[in-house]
Amino acid sequence: MDAKTPMFPSAFDVKAPKGAEGWESLYPYYTRFQPSRRAEDDAKFWFCNSQHWPNPLRPFDVIFLDFAIKCLGQYNSRHLLVPPANGIDYRILNGFVYFSPVAVAPENIEARIPQFLDRAGHYFGNWNDLYANWKKKVLAMIAELDAISFTDLPDVVPVEWVKGGVGLDNTNALFEAYDKAIELSYKIWQYHFEFLNLGYAAYLDFFGFVKSQFPTIPDQAIAKMVQGVDSELFRPDDEIKKLARLAVELGVDGALMSGTVDEALAAVGKAPNGQKWLTAWKQAQDPWFNFTSGNGFYSTDKYWIDHLDIPLGYLRDYIPRAKAGEQIERPTERLLTERDRITSEYRDMMDEEAQAVFDGKLGLARTVFPYVEDHNFYIEHWALGVFWRKMRELSKLLQGADFWAEEDGMFFLHRNEVRDVLWDYAASWAIGTPNVGSAVWPEEVSRRRALVKALASQPPLPALNEPPEVITEPFTIMLWGITSDAIDRWTGKGDDGAGLKGMAAAPGAVEGIARVLRSPDQLGELQKGEILVTPVTAPSWAPVFGKIAAAVTDIGGMMSHAAIVCREYGLPAVTGTGTATAKIKTGMRLRVDGNTGTVTILE
Amino acid sequence: MTDLFTLDFSRISQADFARVGGKCASLGEMTQAGVAVPPGFAVTTDAYQAMLAHHDMRAEIERHLAGVDPFDIDQVDRAAQAIRIRIRSHKLPPAVETAIRTAYAQMGADMPVAVRSSATAEDLPDASFAGQQDTYLWVRGADQVVEKVRDCWASLYTTRAVAYREKNRIPHIDVLMSVGVQKMVNARAAGVVMSIDPVNGDQTKIVIDASWGLGEMVVSGVVTPDNFTVEKVLMEITNRKISDKHVELVGDAVRGEAVEREVPEDRRRIQCLSDAEVVAVAALAKRLERQNKCPQDVEWAIDADLPEGENLLALQSRPETIWSQKKAETPKKTYATGIMGIVGTLNSALTVKR
Repeated sequence: MDAKTPMFPSAFDVKAPKGAEGWESLYPYYTRFQPSRRAEDDAKFWFCNSQHWPNPLRPFDVIFLDFAIKCLGQYNSRHLLVPPANGIDYRILNGFVYFSPVAVAPENIEARIPQFLDRAGHYFGNWNDLYANWKKKVLAMIAELDAISFTDLPDVVPVEWVKGGVGLDNTNALFEAYDKAIELSYKIWQYHFEFLNLGYAAYLDFFGFVKSQFPTIPDQAIAKMVQGVDSELFRPDDEIKKLARLAVELGVDGALMSGTVDEALAAVGKAPNGQKWLTAWKQAQDPWFNFTSGNGFYSTDKYWIDHLDIPLGYLRDYIPRAKAGEQIERPTERLLTERDRITSEYRDMMDEEAQAVFDGKLGLARTVFPYVEDHNFYIEHWALGVFWRKMRELSKLLQGADFWAEEDGMFFLHRNEVRDVLWDYAASWAIGTPNVGSAVWPEEVSRRRALVKALASQPPLPALNEPPEVITEPFTIMLWGITSDAIDRWTGKGDDGAGLKGMAAAPGAVEGIARVLRSPDQLGELQKGEILVTPVTAPSWAPVFGKIAAAVTDIGGMMSHAAIVCREYGLPAVTGTGTATAKIKTGMRLRVDGNTGTVTILE
Repeated sequence: MTDLFTLDFSRISQADFARVGGKCASLGEMTQAGVAVPPGFAVTTDAYQAMLAHHDMRAEIERHLAGVDPFDIDQVDRAAQAIRIRIRSHKLPPAVETAIRTAYAQMGADMPVAVRSSATAEDLPDASFAGQQDTYLWVRGADQVVEKVRDCWASLYTTRAVAYREKNRIPHIDVLMSVGVQKMVNARAAGVVMSIDPVNGDQTKIVIDASWGLGEMVVSGVVTPDNFTVEKVLMEITNRKISDKHVELVGDAVRGEAVEREVPEDRRRIQCLSDAEVVAVAALAKRLERQNKCPQDVEWAIDADLPEGENLLALQSRPETIWSQKKAETPKKTYATGIMGIVGTLNSALTVKR
């Protein structure tokens, strides 16, 4: 008998947190570990993807887990035939998401290569044209999504419809609007992965080549050679900086510094140059305030455009700094010079043959990288922001029909249950009776809300079952930093008490005071010069990076947002520590070494 | 004053390299490239030759060595010792002595200096032999300087050097010696930096050994120094090992020499350079590698008397020899390019062994 116990527990032995018993009813059957398939699921290694889903899912939020993972898979398996990798299988356990990459059987890899060369080759060969077309497609889709609206069913069908012989009622528009919103978001997720896997593959090829030339080169140095300086992801922050400068220039900065959003904007409006500033403020919002403080995957995400207090808060940070003569803009010129310097210094250390190969691979990596960075703005921030706004409208509308007591009630229903609610709403309206849902859902929503809350009380297990001998799936390594080292960190191997190991994600070393933040709502607590310690960061946190001394995250690899932004701002970052937010308390003195990937608790 | 017998570091030109020796030539080059180097001057090989001529030493040296069996170490030793005594006992030619005294006086009254031999290219190619030639630290006063210059000359005739030349049929008289006289650094910490990892030849790394006091303790291996690895392009410290540095060599102005002393307990196990200083030392090595177009092995010191930011001094820079020669031997690789490269990467490159 094999006496070896797996390194991590089986999903089937994991208990629900107290008060969360029965959580399984929150999620569809296909997302759960089914006892009837125990042997298959126990034989696989699963890791918790808390980078993209750091909190327990509300039932509606399963939508983007479904769409994202299905669409990632389709490009590997069915569009491009990535030789060694199919998709990533997924499950929900205790509200958290677990992934298991699906490898292609070794004997089948060879046969996929010709198709991959043909299909992927076409994308690489026509990247810029295809990408320009991609932007058009996505913008058109966002416009379609934006045009969707939900309106209450009227007391009577419009008389013109009756007299015009339309022969239909207002429920069709309601169903269509909902179905269309779901369908558009599904298409948007397919577009999301149209280029992404290839972008990562080209980056990894460059990465692997540079590593073969310089085995000890820090990963972050390779990232620096490729990373752009004009990513759309930086634009929202840049816009705030411009608005801060303009406010100082026009002398409306004082008016902006106090009161609620409405009060501050009203005060600006009364100032002599106020209208000019307000016009600029309005202009910046479309599209740049379609920016979430999360990652777009949750119905709880707060987008700037719906919460103007968030960008105003950042503005209030920048204004005094701009007035004090500080350079608040990103030093793009210097960053580009630095990127060129780093690139040419490594290149100079190669022989001529290698230099030619380097040039080719770097060229492709730089061609694909804008997509890798920018898609995030178009999809997660902009498109999904519009989607969530529409869904909130619908939830409120149905709240008005007494389906639930709170305006976010709909998000405790699965998307297909919402379709049933719409039917209930339509049918009861037509029949002329009270809907059934108002007698069912308020209580059920409360029950589910309590379950999700109970699930959040317990952090997820980092992984399930036995890790494989080797981890080969490139996207797993690139995106989630799941390497053998990371697994050792989760099991506490190589943990020496006072220190934490993570990825050396952005260079430099500093000492400072920790500020542990578990949600973007706490960003206001951050003081200048503190070290940000958080499960995961989002691009929209960029303004706080101007304030902090370093960043430490539980989750994330070389290309996680915290890593990218820290490199941009010249701050040390250690990502993927696994347990930083559990081990570090606000106020502790830390040493963060972004060169070695270590965080030391000093006192 | 002419430049015949002594030559200020700032005046050493390419044409002078043969008559100032490797060490002084490198100091001259660094000085003129704007690298911070303690000021000083070279006593040229012309001075050495003038000394030989003045006392007709050439004939005397040849007489001592005539018929010596290079494999009989006693014979060699006796002859070498006799020559060293002869060189030390002669007064310098007045013109040479005046030149040295004048050059020394220009450095400031009673300036403590280091007097180091600077072998010429014709000398022993074996790098480790350089250490056989003498270095005198914390020398003070013109009389002492003159005497140490003479001692350096005499060090050309150590038993080992003589035996080596005899065996390799290098005419003794052709081998010349220059001497460097350099302002003494009041070293708070010092050491060696290589612009390549000496362990594996990794050219993306700069490796620093550093300890308290003068660098001789590091070079001779008496202390286990602090060891730092700096990434050459990002210029970030990627590794550090802080050691127990139990002794240091410091100047004793009264005795006019460098003395070894115990490092007090509270300083022994702490990092002897600030992180900024580590990076500055690495930057110095990187700069010298660029100037010389090959990996360098550099001796450096942090001067306790100079303000921070200007306190790092280069004492010597020479080409790294081991890995620079090996490099050509690395086997040719073939690389997959374009999309085949990507297929290769997807299939294998990121396999991570547990």
